[in-house]
Amino acid sequence: MADLSANFLGIKSPNPYWLASAPPTDKKYNVLRAFEAGWGGVVWKTLGSQIKNVSSRYSSVDYNGSRMMGFNNIELISDRPLAINLREIAECVRLFPDRAMVVSLMADNSREKWHELIAQVEDTGAHGLELNFGCPHGMNERGMGAAVGQDPEIARMVVEWVMEKATIPVITKLTPNVHSVVPSGRASVEGGTNGLSLINTIQSITGVDLDTLVPNPYVAGQSVFGGYCGPAIKPIALKMLTTISQDPITSRVPVSGIGGISTWKDAAEFLLLGATTVQVCTAVMKHGFRIIEDLCEGLNNWMDEKGFKTLNDFIGKSVPTITHWEDLDINYHIVAKINPDKCIHCGLCYIACEDTSHQSINLLYGKPYNTYSVIEEECVGCNLCKLVCPVDDCITMVEQRKGEEYVNWKEFQRRGLPLNDH
Amino acid sequence: MALVNNRLTAEQYGENFSDIHPPFETRDAALVEANRCLFCYDAPCIKSCPTSIDIPKFIRQITTDNPKGSAHTILSANILGGGCSKVCPVEKLCEGSCVYNLMDEPPIPIAKLQRFSTEKAIAEKWPLFQRKPSTTKRVAVVGAGPAGLSCAHVLSREGIDVTVYEKESKGGGLMTYGIAAYKVTPQFCEDEVDFITSLGGIVINYNAELGKTVSLADLQQNYDAVYLGVGVGLARQLDIPGENLNGVEDAIRFIYDIRTNGYSSVPVGDKVAVIGLGMTAIDAATQAKRLGASEVTIVYRRTQAEMPCTETELNLAKLDGCRIMWLAAPQEIIGENGQVTQLICSLMQLGEPDASGRRSPVETGETMTLEVDMVIKAAGQMPFEELVSENHLENRKGKITINDACTTNLRGVFAGGDCVNGGKEVVDAVQAGKDGAKAILEFLK
Repeated sequence: MADLSANFLGIKSPNPYWLASAPPTDKKYNVLRAFEAGWGGVVWKTLGSQIKNVSSRYSSVDYNGSRMMGFNNIELISDRPLAINLREIAECVRLFPDRAMVVSLMADNSREKWHELIAQVEDTGAHGLELNFGCPHGMNERGMGAAVGQDPEIARMVVEWVMEKATIPVITKLTPNVHSVVPSGRASVEGGTNGLSLINTIQSITGVDLDTLVPNPYVAGQSVFGGYCGPAIKPIALKMLTTISQDPITSRVPVSGIGGISTWKDAAEFLLLGATTVQVCTAVMKHGFRIIEDLCEGLNNWMDEKGFKTLNDFIGKSVPTITHWEDLDINYHIVAKINPDKCIHCGLCYIACEDTSHQSINLLYGKPYNTYSVIEEECVGCNLCKLVCPVDDCITMVEQRKGEEYVNWKEFQRRGLPLNDH
Repeated sequence: MALVNNRLTAEQYGENFSDIHPPFETRDAALVEANRCLFCYDAPCIKSCPTSIDIPKFIRQITTDNPKGSAHTILSANILGGGCSKVCPVEKLCEGSCVYNLMDEPPIPIAKLQRFSTEKAIAEKWPLFQRKPSTTKRVAVVGAGPAGLSCAHVLSREGIDVTVYEKESKGGGLMTYGIAAYKVTPQFCEDEVDFITSLGGIVINYNAELGKTVSLADLQQNYDAVYLGVGVGLARQLDIPGENLNGVEDAIRFIYDIRTNGYSSVPVGDKVAVIGLGMTAIDAATQAKRLGASEVTIVYRRTQAEMPCTETELNLAKLDGCRIMWLAAPQEIIGENGQVTQLICSLMQLGEPDASGRRSPVETGETMTLEVDMVIKAAGQMPFEELVSENHLENRKGKITINDACTTNLRGVFAGGDCVNGGKEVVDAVQAGKDGAKAILEFLK
């Protein structure tokens, strides 16, 4: 049995799975249900000035029969009275002292307001604070949320205000609605933040209702840009996380990874790219808190198989393998191989390669089943056929190096080696 | 013991003849299956459909919320795509070649999805096709069965004015008159015919029979071309003693009566023997059982390896409680007072393969006697040999001979479907109609 416990700046949780600051964490009832189900921690839904929400609030993107591949929301920060939230946070901490309780904050834009809010939250016994510099809708029009996170200097200033007052660890949550998360990440670290979390949601329109012609989600004939999340954004989140893990300044602090995490595999990937804990939201909004069981069991089994005893054994382990394109080995070459015993003759590899790639698959007509084979000398080893093939391990990529030695693009140019002639 | 009608209650008939392949209840249910489709390239299912419906495309159009496009994809390749979704032996056609079979997974339920797309189009009368402006060319089509209707629809779309001559009072041919009622209802057949003719440019003259009310010579005279899709006739004679006894029925007639007169009015025996093991034999046997016969025995002179029906159909008969007697050929029907009482069968064994590659049965010399009060003949159907010969149409044992361009020996006279091939599936006849129309359009140029 691997040890799944996480330690984030001294905030301990029995597993690395926290619920992200969002509707599932906006009151005691939900949070207690989550803790009972086994969640390692929560980031309480953002507290700040009083707001009012609208109806409806969510919309989603379905894909090939699967619901909520992507999800967006236009809900604001907590719309409940601050006093009730503070009281309930304290109760949850008392009832589940072994779970992480981090509280998300978004105060009005003044040092005093931030200090006042921090003092009130620390009184609850919460273990950490998360600064919401990322909310992409509703709050930024008031100069809060993403409006802070998108400007590194404002982010630095607010972090400095917070650090003057805070006595518990402070995590700054970054917005992805920027060209790069690194500048505001650096500013936050330089401003003194103890940790980072990312990504917040991505500004989006999930679609337009083709009857009403109004985009989703619909609010009385209108809509607004919403924050996009769910499985669709995981690749973007992983990339942004990696840039934070690679940067010499931002990599000084631990990161809580967020963005489309639905399975233990997703979580393992976030940890491999540098996250110390992960935060989940859309997956529980789709399935409920019960998914925590497989999130833990799957991660545990994988760690056992890989011989990882603790999370620290593999956190960040994949970061060094992400390099610059010009450092890739040009002599590395693979070609596709179709296993005729596994092939079901669907032709998907053929049409993908024929129409959109390198015409490297041969079609031998048959009725009703064609036979497909790879023309090795034409294959560039792009993976496309393998990716579209519906049968596991039917198409494999076989290594056929162009040369023994490692040669990257810089060296290739230096030596004046030949380019493609077709 | 005798042939008796009205053996069951209305509820029992209703249950026994209800839809054997119920449709998807909801769009969501259809989507679960539609989304499984891999959208194969040069798909095996298309190649296994005699009408080459672009199956991956119509299924994808279900998933993209394009129901009209989906119906159009099906019906432009097979205007009887609705009926075919109910009666095709898909297990040996599209679904039988679905690549999922090679993964040992259930194939995509193509027929059910096809029904999902076409039933709505027919029920809601979607105007999916438009005629080209009239060319003033006129074509006579004989027979409003699958071949004739398919031919007529293609021709009309191209601006040809088509008159169809049909000997029955309804269109659809064997679809309407010759298929088990639990597969396709007479009402659906009527709706399908109406859907086809709603295109315009197609007039059907009912109760007009070639050789009786209309002559081929007149049609040749009055039209620019003639298409013969007259199908095949009654069941093949057994040519054994006792064939004329009361209680010996023709399967086609039996099925025709069920579909025309209603379940309760069709007499059926208590112990029934069905001769043959094609699709029609199965339809006759299962329906005899469903009408209330207590014992139904299918008598087939070869073995399961040679049977013409599909395994799915055989299982249908078995599940209905029909017994199969393999390697038994009818030798004599015995009667009392003019009424069938026994069927004597020769027991057979398999000999050398015949011309069709099937091993021929040969007698062992032993016999077996079945106590029966009804014998249904379903050992293939007879072409209209007399009609064909009278009209000087070249033929082989009544099956009209055509060349590659669907043309008979008579100029301007084309033919296709069962009257040419001796009896195949509905979907084969639809394709024959398309081929005939193409040849006629070429001829009229």
